[in-house]
Amino acid sequence: MNISPNKKPSARFAPWEDPAQKPLVRFGNVTKRFGSFTAIDNISLDIYEREFFALLGPSGCGKTTMMRMLAGFEKPSEGTISLGGEDIADIPPYKRPVNMMFQSYALFPHMTVEANIAFGLKQDKWPKQQISERVEEMLSLVQLTKFAKRKPHQLSGGQRQRVALARSLAKKPKLLLLDEPLGALDKKLREKTQFELMDIQEKLGMTFVIVTHDQEEAMTVASRIAVMDDGKLIQVATPEVIYEYPNCRYVADFIGDVNLVEGRISSKTEEMVKLAWAEGQGDIDISNKNGCAAGENACLAIRPEKVHVTREEPQDVDNKIRGVIHDIAYIGNLSTYYVKLGNGQIFRAQESNRRRLANREFTWDDQVWLSWRNTAGVLLQK
Amino acid sequence: MNSRFTWFNATSLTLGFVFLYLPILLLVIFSFNESRLVTVWAGFSTKWYVELFQDEAFLDAALVTLRVALLSATVATILGTLAAVVMIRAGRFRGRTLFSGMIYAPLVMPEVITGLSLLLLFVAIGIDRGFWTITIAHITFSMCYAAVVVSSRMVTFDTSLEEAATDLGCTPFQSFIKVTLPIMAPAIVSAWLLAFTLSLDDLVIASFTSGPGATTLPMKIYSQVRLGVTPQINALSTILISVVTLGVLTASFLTRRAETKRKADELLAGS
Repeated sequence: MNISPNKKPSARFAPWEDPAQKPLVRFGNVTKRFGSFTAIDNISLDIYEREFFALLGPSGCGKTTMMRMLAGFEKPSEGTISLGGEDIADIPPYKRPVNMMFQSYALFPHMTVEANIAFGLKQDKWPKQQISERVEEMLSLVQLTKFAKRKPHQLSGGQRQRVALARSLAKKPKLLLLDEPLGALDKKLREKTQFELMDIQEKLGMTFVIVTHDQEEAMTVASRIAVMDDGKLIQVATPEVIYEYPNCRYVADFIGDVNLVEGRISSKTEEMVKLAWAEGQGDIDISNKNGCAAGENACLAIRPEKVHVTREEPQDVDNKIRGVIHDIAYIGNLSTYYVKLGNGQIFRAQESNRRRLANREFTWDDQVWLSWRNTAGVLLQK
Repeated sequence: MNSRFTWFNATSLTLGFVFLYLPILLLVIFSFNESRLVTVWAGFSTKWYVELFQDEAFLDAALVTLRVALLSATVATILGTLAAVVMIRAGRFRGRTLFSGMIYAPLVMPEVITGLSLLLLFVAIGIDRGFWTITIAHITFSMCYAAVVVSSRMVTFDTSLEEAATDLGCTPFQSFIKVTLPIMAPAIVSAWLLAFTLSLDDLVIASFTSGPGATTLPMKIYSQVRLGVTPQINALSTILISVVTLGVLTASFLTRRAETKRKADELLAGS
């Protein structure tokens, strides 16, 4: 990515910016077809050691197929997949140094928690002593030592999830794949487990690849996110870049809320682009961060929380538009104002509710001003 | 719902049970009859049981039946399980629909036809009919039942369990042995029990495929009854009924205990 918003000079983990780094996983022009259906369409992607990499997209976008190709359950129709520089296309799943945590957890119901964790180690013919030590270590890592002798159906959902994690970590894989690992947990537990996952990943220094359709989950845990749609990679970047500088409307819309303003670029300088968006309204100023040329159609994407709502006409702002409050969505900590502009478009602005509801400033049908800085949005090509 | 014990309910319950169990009850009572005449009560006696266990022909028949049932149930379960695995797992291969249709066909085929066609086959290839031909015939028809029982469980089997085993280092064959089979075990056991029972009480197919050397128990009973019902048959039937009753009670006791255990486990998981 050419844009890195908050570049800290020291010790930032960003191997993808260092051309000397060798990737752990490399997808080289990988295509996967099922019959006439193309699930993965010519994808090239590098994943580096110690990354927590998220594949994010709606169901059917091909993210699970990517993961199953890494695990060895599917073979690419074209292209190569290499792990640590070695082509793994013809290595069967049981010989790959890759383990997977399944969405359904896939715990063996006829074995105890202990036996589940030891399964892969026994298969690899570890000495007995080492197996029991490793199992002990894994159980304490996921805080399930007390439950070693239980069967999976005697555990709660969160405990099963941790057993599945311990089992997939036991063999010290070079790469751990997590298929929607938190999908079956409720919201509170999911958030807690996200941090546990991050802690474990950091502690063990392993490379994790997670598949998820939950954008918040991806934003929380991942060092980088690959947004996928329809078998293609749309954008691969850090969570901050994905959120603040989406490279297309699809990404802007998929991650979080966004206002999209269609228009035509009326003028362009080194610093600034002006977007003509409606008759009788002033042009919108946008910092020039994109390769749009004057005269082209383009689209401004701006997040609701970057737009201010005021009753008085604001001074010293870069852009301001008049509107009428059409609707208010109160969700406790935040309120989203749906403001109708002169051309009928609905524009969303979000304010945090620092004051109590009774003192709320605006109500329905109030005339208000919307304002934002010219660095607040991004310009997307059509 | 307001359910009360009314006279109407009591009557219909009694009628139902009488309809079901009166014949069996009569049979059991008359097996302890002193008299040789089946329908005349002449006092309590266990002499027919003693006589039964001294009758070598009956004991031979029982032994043949048991051996046929054990052997055919085992082979049929193995073949049926393999067929089920192919039907559920192999995906869409050429002729899959035909294959799965054909595996179920013997379920609805009249036994007489199955028996007759097997007889024709054995005659055509010139095998001496006897113990082995009965066993083969029983494998043929009970295999489909086994396949049905196993495949109905196989449908709900989570294939990610096998994938997990493969992921942890098992070859596909190892994961089948270490994960799939143990989980499928209850279905395989019930398939075996079903095949065993079917073989035990088959008369028609056994009659077609047996030879002079081998007579099964149902065949023996049937041929005896044609000469007139003796109290000996009653005694034999009573023994069979007790064995079956014992089996059913044990099975339901085991199911009940598993259920109680499962409930306790769920309570444990919740805590």
